[in-house]
Amino acid sequence: MKSILNRQLIVLSLLLSGMAVGFSGCNEDDTQEVTTLSQLVLSEEFDVDGPPNDALWSFDIGTGVNGWGNNELQYYTSRSENVVVNNGQLLITARREDFEGSAYTSARLVTKGKFEQQYGRFEARMRLPFGQGMWPAFWMLGADIDTNPWPGAGEIDIMEYRGQEPTIVLGSVHGPGYSAGEAITKSYELPNDRFDTGFHIFGIEWGPDFVNYYVDDVLYNQITPEDVTGEWVFDKPFYLLINLAVGGSFVGSPNSETVFPQTMLVDYVRVYQ
Amino acid sequence: MRKFTFRQLILTAILGISATIFVGCDREPSDDAVTAGFPTAGDVFLDGFTGGLEYLPFGGSRLDAFKVDEETFFEGTSSMRFDVPNVGDPQGAFAGAIFRSGQRDLSGFDALTFYAKATKAATINEIGFGQDFGENQYQVVINGLRVSTGWEKYTIPIPDPSKLTAEAGLFWYAEGAEGEEGDGYTFWIDQLQYEKLGTVAQPRPAIFGGEDRVEQTFIGGAFQVLGTQTFNLGNGSNQTVSAAPSYFDFSSSNESVATVNALGQVSVLTAGTAVISATIGGVRAAGSLTLNSVGEFVRAPIPTRPAADVISIFSDAYTNVPVDFYNGFFAPFQTTLGGANLSIGGDNLISYTELNFVASEFKNPTVNAADMTHLHVDIQVQSAVNPGDFVVIELGDFGADGAFGGGNDNSGRVTIGEGQLTSGQWVSIDIPLADFGLPARNNLAQWFFITEGTNPNEAGTITEILVDNMYFYR
Repeated sequence: MKSILNRQLIVLSLLLSGMAVGFSGCNEDDTQEVTTLSQLVLSEEFDVDGPPNDALWSFDIGTGVNGWGNNELQYYTSRSENVVVNNGQLLITARREDFEGSAYTSARLVTKGKFEQQYGRFEARMRLPFGQGMWPAFWMLGADIDTNPWPGAGEIDIMEYRGQEPTIVLGSVHGPGYSAGEAITKSYELPNDRFDTGFHIFGIEWGPDFVNYYVDDVLYNQITPEDVTGEWVFDKPFYLLINLAVGGSFVGSPNSETVFPQTMLVDYVRVYQ
Repeated sequence: MRKFTFRQLILTAILGISATIFVGCDREPSDDAVTAGFPTAGDVFLDGFTGGLEYLPFGGSRLDAFKVDEETFFEGTSSMRFDVPNVGDPQGAFAGAIFRSGQRDLSGFDALTFYAKATKAATINEIGFGQDFGENQYQVVINGLRVSTGWEKYTIPIPDPSKLTAEAGLFWYAEGAEGEEGDGYTFWIDQLQYEKLGTVAQPRPAIFGGEDRVEQTFIGGAFQVLGTQTFNLGNGSNQTVSAAPSYFDFSSSNESVATVNALGQVSVLTAGTAVISATIGGVRAAGSLTLNSVGEFVRAPIPTRPAADVISIFSDAYTNVPVDFYNGFFAPFQTTLGGANLSIGGDNLISYTELNFVASEFKNPTVNAADMTHLHVDIQVQSAVNPGDFVVIELGDFGADGAFGGGNDNSGRVTIGEGQLTSGQWVSIDIPLADFGLPARNNLAQWFFITEGTNPNEAGTITEILVDNMYFYR
């Protein structure tokens, strides 16, 4: 895979030094085990300007069924107006425009069939958009979704965010018996800062019986089989999704004060074994 | 504005607190701290004033509207209590004051915050900071802050904190009674302080309400740029404040045609086109002013009739009678904007835009023009003059009771047709008063201009006129 770069050592040492600083600041009650960062298996740094690397990313196009199951308002495209790599960053831009019967356009990238993995550390460094009705997400779906429909396949939401709550992100899991409104979820509020003015790292550390959620160096939740109100389905490969939805049941519609266009920036996506 | 200093027990208590704070500030100066700078304390009122604030009520306001309340507070032991007087309160018609301190360096903060509640849901007319009974250089105000009966936190963002290195005007407000009954009410403010929230973001400054205005003008034309700053707050809401011009950096696309100074005052110098734009902290403000200067302004002919033979409504050549207004903004049908607000090279003019109809009113007292024989006015139509266009002048007489209504009002009109009007040129109109057909003109009180320019259902397309030298004579 082209995007797996050979500078693992440099990246890794930078990260480790960052981690050391970060975790020294943790309280004593943050006792979760941290996955050892032994092997970087995906390092998408968005170094090549133009369309996203098609060896790793595919696009979901259109409006899906019922607005991708959530009454979302946007039409997803692969046009450079909605998705482009520029200056080392992936830019996903939501626009207000009439397009194929929808009032908004945006983009959704998936690694289905191109990158799928069971367990590890999955993280992205992102700057989020803002405003009522903006719904960016960095998430994962069970790779067997075609034969095991949602929610059976399982969903791990590494980061979801409502543009009208610019200081809060949510991490969740969905599975059989605990999906949509009954998902297992927890929010994290950034102290004295917000997610649309600078880059932050959103990640999970996923092992056989846990999913740990973190923002930057802060672990804010751990979900284990005891926490879910149904079968634990997070023991098989999942693939990654990054998208910027507009409207839908999770955020509500944009209003007259929502500023368009809105762009989500992704500096990198990295996965460790 | 009258200055009134509040000296009571709290002042001494306050001074004690401030001493503690400022001693604290002097500890451990950094090695590279070379400039003295002003105190950087952000507290204004927590449980007493920090830093020896002066309480300076506005002239005409009820001077004792403000008290320190030790029974109602959000946190600690006391709050600021504001008793808004009833309409007609002889001790003051409204509540309003400036709270001023010694100069402070507030550049490390991004907002003034406080908790507030009121005895009823209300809208505080004006609340902000940066008024100091001086130049009010960095004045900020929220026009219409909604408060409710429960304590809530409010945020007044600083349009550009880097400007506030020497600010004395820490807080100000002005509020009157609300509702049809005009009943006063009480609101409280607590934990009033400057904070670095870190969540005041996404600045979207604007001038002229974010609109791209285009104005035809002349050498000597003057305009004032007013602006706002809008931030998205941590709770996701957008908060707009009116920001004093000094927060903005203004520029003119053609300095030989028009200049703009740091106070947002635009001066037109020569013929040509210039675009005025602005930024705050490097962020381009939405909105602009495009000036199309046609060059030298030609004044209306200067009147030569003896003052003894003239009753003047609007003219620099005479002393005008008392005039209530040159634009009554009659709701709901009037669209006309403007009034006696234009000065070109010292020549005061009336400028009307968006004209359909407009009235000047002079009813305190009414004008007795029984001995006068004619009406005079100079009009320059600035929009195009099209076939079928007109300017109607209507005079209203309020009758013997000297008041509107009462069954004895009369009005009459005379039409100035398209043939008498030329776009961009002054025309002098003299009309015999008898032509208005009024039974009497002892109590003249209204003078209308009617063009129906913005009314799609009527003939007439004239929307912009300049007016000078409105008077009756004999």
